[in-house]
Amino acid sequence: MKLTGAEIIWECLVREGVEYVWGYPGGAILPTYDALSKYQNKIKHVLVRHEQGATHMADGYARATGKVGVAMATSGPGATNMVTGIATAMMDSSPIVCITGQVASGVIGSDAFQEIDITGITLPITKHNFLVTDLRELVTTLRKAFFIARSGRPGPVLVDVAKDVQNASIEFEYPTDAIRLPGYRPAQSASVQQIERAVEMLLKAKRPLILAGHGVNMSGAERALLTLAERGHIPVALTLLGKGAVPESHPLCLGMMGMHGGASVNQAIQGADLLIACGMRFDDRVTGNLKTYSPNSKKIHIDIDASEINKNVKVDVGIAGDLRTVLEQLLPHVPVMQHDEWMSEIREWQRDVDHRDIVNQTPPTDKLFAAHAIRDLWKATGGNALVVTDVGQHQMWEAQYYLHERPRTLITSGGLGTMGFGLPAAIGAKMGCPNDHVWAIVGDGGFQMTLTELGTAAQENININVAIINNSYLGMVRQWQEFFYEERYNATPMHNPDFCKLAEAYGIAAIRVTNRAQIPEAVAKAQSINGPTVVEFRVEEADIVYPMVPAGADLHNMIRRPNNIPDFTESH
Amino acid sequence: MKHTLVALVENEPGVLNRVASLFRRRNFNIDSLTVGRTENPNISRMTIVLDSNVTRVYQVEKNLYKLVNVISVQEVTQRPFISRDLALIKVVCAPEVTATAERFGARVLDQTDGMCVIEFAAEESRVEELVEALRPFEIVELVRTGVVAMGQGGVVTRVEPDWATA
Ligand SMILES: Cc1ncc(C[n+]2csc(CCOP(=O)(O)OP(=O)(O)O)c2C)c(N)n1
Ligand SMILES: [Mg+2]
Repeated sequence: MKLTGAEIIWECLVREGVEYVWGYPGGAILPTYDALSKYQNKIKHVLVRHEQGATHMADGYARATGKVGVAMATSGPGATNMVTGIATAMMDSSPIVCITGQVASGVIGSDAFQEIDITGITLPITKHNFLVTDLRELVTTLRKAFFIARSGRPGPVLVDVAKDVQNASIEFEYPTDAIRLPGYRPAQSASVQQIERAVEMLLKAKRPLILAGHGVNMSGAERALLTLAERGHIPVALTLLGKGAVPESHPLCLGMMGMHGGASVNQAIQGADLLIACGMRFDDRVTGNLKTYSPNSKKIHIDIDASEINKNVKVDVGIAGDLRTVLEQLLPHVPVMQHDEWMSEIREWQRDVDHRDIVNQTPPTDKLFAAHAIRDLWKATGGNALVVTDVGQHQMWEAQYYLHERPRTLITSGGLGTMGFGLPAAIGAKMGCPNDHVWAIVGDGGFQMTLTELGTAAQENININVAIINNSYLGMVRQWQEFFYEERYNATPMHNPDFCKLAEAYGIAAIRVTNRAQIPEAVAKAQSINGPTVVEFRVEEADIVYPMVPAGADLHNMIRRPNNIPDFTESH
Repeated sequence: MKHTLVALVENEPGVLNRVASLFRRRNFNIDSLTVGRTENPNISRMTIVLDSNVTRVYQVEKNLYKLVNVISVQEVTQRPFISRDLALIKVVCAPEVTATAERFGARVLDQTDGMCVIEFAAEESRVEELVEALRPFEIVELVRTGVVAMGQGGVVTRVEPDWATA
């Protein structure tokens, strides 16, 4: 059967099991959009409002489901608009495939209209990318793209397809043989010696601690990890993207580590005599000062990416392999252990944290603190929502006060910290997980970077709830200004539109929350509406995320919350 | 310490760009990088010389592996190996020039317009010695190819022939 390149693109997507494509048309990709007519019953194309939105939607879908998300755009500006989304997916190892149109192969290099070297631009921010100028290579290239995106350490792959390739026709045959990528061999499992050395250290440890990262969720290692923790009586600290790796209600789960992690968690890291790092990469946001990081511990590091081992933190045993496979190799050698003394020491630290915690205090007035808003949202959603955040203070409060019980229920831009990620990623996540209640928790700043996707949510009637934590500030930056720049609040106060009216202009139901008492009802109402909703939380403007390890400081030198909630009225 | 890595890569457009981009992005400083053809038309061979500690070299190696087009990476410095750097050195002709060249076993390849071009292929350090020896004679132009290296005898760096027909 003869098909055009454009049709072949859709055929390949169908065979990869693609359900959705998020995209935006334009000249160089028009042949492919034209061919969509034939495939509309097999793949749903969602028209976004900005190509960055398409990439975040594909990313949100990928993180929520573990499947590859697909975004599509035209050449030139369409392709460059994808750059932020691709970089976001790269930093957090999210499997997406971006298909862009390119000018006809004959004019490549001539600065033709809307020609841009997008494979050049995205070279350092993709796991791999391809330029297709020969129709005979289209099928193999697309197969490789999906395979590379989803296997090993997942990541974004871009396929740039020249317009003439989309237009030309060829006999279509879908190969069934294995994909040949001689230079691509993702790490698999541990060697016997590595397991032996790891077990040896584990048996000697008196103060062991597991550091659980994104890799746990991605490799489906949560069961193996929990078994290790329970059998070995080992507490677990989570990275931001590791939330959900073990149920946060579990007594061995300590919560989040790092810059805004729990003080007790960071204390445990500094006091441990063995760290078992699982699918995490010792990012500077979790280590603080590397010179003083967990000074007395032996370290075992398991990660799918060999180049992560010894990159930031020198380890004693480095195992490059699939986390689940390696943990399952390890488990038969792990006996039942007890570390009661260690645990009670940690409990002591936790008690101090609980005592200071803002959610255990009653605010003096009917002020609404973001921490309370998020804790109440957690309660009102039964702790069971799929939450997607944007970037800023609200993101950290989410991480601190929304406890996650299952993997893939917190989706957030960790590595790149991309403002504007929240709303579009939530749309993608909801489409991937239609049975989950999906909440986007966004700041007033980041929301305005991609709020245009409210249009997409409205058009497709995507049943998401958007919680805007409105503090009328670029809060996280304001916090740094307060701590480190002598309170010079340059370029952080924001005059915002009426977010409820804005939502309503899109035909989206909106609720405003100004005090704590309104939260349960607002949440219930938002969830009962079949379609997108916006809930605006008007929160304290000058609030601070505690505790905080200043950038580059020692992990144990945290700025702690003062014992009582400060009265903010005077500072305004 | 100097380490020499040999990478076999797919002979495709853009691969050199990927490798160069990786070194730039990761801030890996390299002494020299050469690319050339091999016994297999589908494969190019890169020789990379780094002056780094072992951990850094390990990082370079692992990061090279992450490039999809890189098929294998080996540190040849670990095993018996030979290496050559080829230099063309143009100096103002003088009797001592020829004598110096001969002492090193280098060849005077060309003599035109009162200048001679000396050709010398040897280990990098040896080439450097010759360059120093010639410096007093006014070096007009100098070019070096960068190091290529190969394991001795049974120390072979090549891909299995079975995948060659991609
Ligand atoms: C695209 C982008 N630009 C700038 C930043 C720097 N930045 C990090 S947090 C932040 C403030 C976010 O403000 P808002 O969205 O209102 O959230 P809040 O911190 O107030 O909760 C900024 C500007 C960023 N992370 N991403
Ligand atoms: Mg804000």
